[in-house]
Amino acid sequence: MSSRGLRQLAAQTRVDFTLLWRNPLASFFTVVLPLIFLFVLTALFGNELVTPVGPRLASRFVPGIIALSVVQASFVNLAVVTVFRRETSILKRVRGTPIRPWVFMGGLVATSYAVIALMAVLMVVIGWAVYDVDLLWEAVPGLIVTLLIGGAVFCALGLAFTNVVPNETSGPPFLNLVVLPLYFVSDVYVPASDDTPRAITLIGDIFPIRHLAVALQRGFDPLTDDSLWPVTNWLVMAAWGVAGALIVTRWFRWTPRD
Amino acid sequence: MKSPAIEVTGLRKSYGEVEAVAGVDLHVEEGEILAFLGPNGAGKTTTVEILEGFRPRTAGQVSVLGQDPATAGLDWRERIGIVLQESQPEEFLKVAETVTIWAAYFSDPRPVGEVLQLVGLTEQRDQRVGRLSGGQQRRLDLALALVGNPELLFLDEPTTGFDPTARREAWAMIDGLRDLGVTVLLTTHYMDEAQNLADRIAVIAAGRIIARGTAEDLAVTASMQTRISWDSQEVPLAELPEQLRGAAAVSVDPGESREPGTTSAEGPTRMVILTDDVTDTVAALLQTAGRLGRKIDSLEVLAPTLEDTYLSLIGEADKAGSLDR
Repeated sequence: MSSRGLRQLAAQTRVDFTLLWRNPLASFFTVVLPLIFLFVLTALFGNELVTPVGPRLASRFVPGIIALSVVQASFVNLAVVTVFRRETSILKRVRGTPIRPWVFMGGLVATSYAVIALMAVLMVVIGWAVYDVDLLWEAVPGLIVTLLIGGAVFCALGLAFTNVVPNETSGPPFLNLVVLPLYFVSDVYVPASDDTPRAITLIGDIFPIRHLAVALQRGFDPLTDDSLWPVTNWLVMAAWGVAGALIVTRWFRWTPRD
Repeated sequence: MKSPAIEVTGLRKSYGEVEAVAGVDLHVEEGEILAFLGPNGAGKTTTVEILEGFRPRTAGQVSVLGQDPATAGLDWRERIGIVLQESQPEEFLKVAETVTIWAAYFSDPRPVGEVLQLVGLTEQRDQRVGRLSGGQQRRLDLALALVGNPELLFLDEPTTGFDPTARREAWAMIDGLRDLGVTVLLTTHYMDEAQNLADRIAVIAAGRIIARGTAEDLAVTASMQTRISWDSQEVPLAELPEQLRGAAAVSVDPGESREPGTTSAEGPTRMVILTDDVTDTVAALLQTAGRLGRKIDSLEVLAPTLEDTYLSLIGEADKAGSLDR
């Protein structure tokens, strides 16, 4: 990438990050809502020890809420912002300037990653300080790979999904209609247990959110699968990401729908 | 020899069986302001979007700043500026922040302060875009189009929604672009705007250019006549010399003239002559008044406005289209 491209990307990222913070609705759904969910879940279900030697129940909520943060910051926020920009002709105007399309879009993607990093650190700190949740340090490299893959996959899917959102006002309800039911079957609010109906986990397994949540659980819950490199989860997510990227390449619109 | 900023020959664009643009030829010189007029659905926006590189064409030759917009690269986009008919900037950014990020898209932008001064938004530089008035937001649109230091500017209805004062200010601003050597393709529905700003005008109807030239050229094309009127009590029809009597119409309302030579049943109040020969007609009229020992204080000489010309041209095109069909 040229140094000019990098400067443009940095400037665009700064603007997109500023916009996210100044937009009360966007910052609420991206940053505040996941925190509320964490507090509500621990208030509802408590934070007892799962076994006499640990871990605490919150160690199962923290990774789920980090997964939710990833989806909100990349898939939902990116799609809502992009549909708004498309329908208000901002994208069309940008297309009329010499900035490379991927640099312009890169600002939103980089903003998503910045929020993901922020939320992951915030959740780890709150989990440790308030709920006695320990991060498994040996799982940190795998966690970072999971967040990197998750961010890319859900950004690609967010951009792909803009094709089915007709206008800027229907963006938020449309996207939440997609993700809210999936959160329930994807170990986001409450991790699956032996009592969870098989149909629920099967549905969850088809979509990428559960794979993200399960891969993140490895970093906090020593009782889950002992593999520190959840390759299968990464591959399923990557497959969704590739599908999203193909849709974006073929059908992404820069101009408002007529 | 300077090459034209825009050269279009035989441009066509079809959507299925519908031909939105049906053979447009257009020529815009460097540094010229060309107004592109036409009713809704005439093919105006389609033509402009093809020139901007947003839409592919079906046939024809198009050269904008020496390149085909359909294949031109980012270097070409460095040289153009676009004000869309409808667009909404990011409401949570401040004015200066918005222009600054836009400047970052170009390799040789104008200084942000200079652009804000040019469009009259210096005082609003730290104001959120969402709090600007409609007119101020449109100025910001223009600032974003100018910040890249363009050679060619596409302005699509730049003053829609402006109050009269804001419109006059915008005109002065656009007129000032001449001094910067910027070529402007101006699309507008306001005839006074075209008349005030444009060096030349092109009128499109049903996908074809039906007239082009200066406002005066267009009036000739449309066979528009100057309207001379006066109060009939000052110089009555009966006193007019023979050559004027045949041409004079009588009207009870200045805007409602009857056929030449007719009189109103209510009693004539206003005499009207439509003529190509203003000097001789006025001279004959004044001579008659002099002979009668009267003054003609109510005399009005109205050259055809661009709006009259435009409506006549569009009306003729509609009639021709109906006959074709």
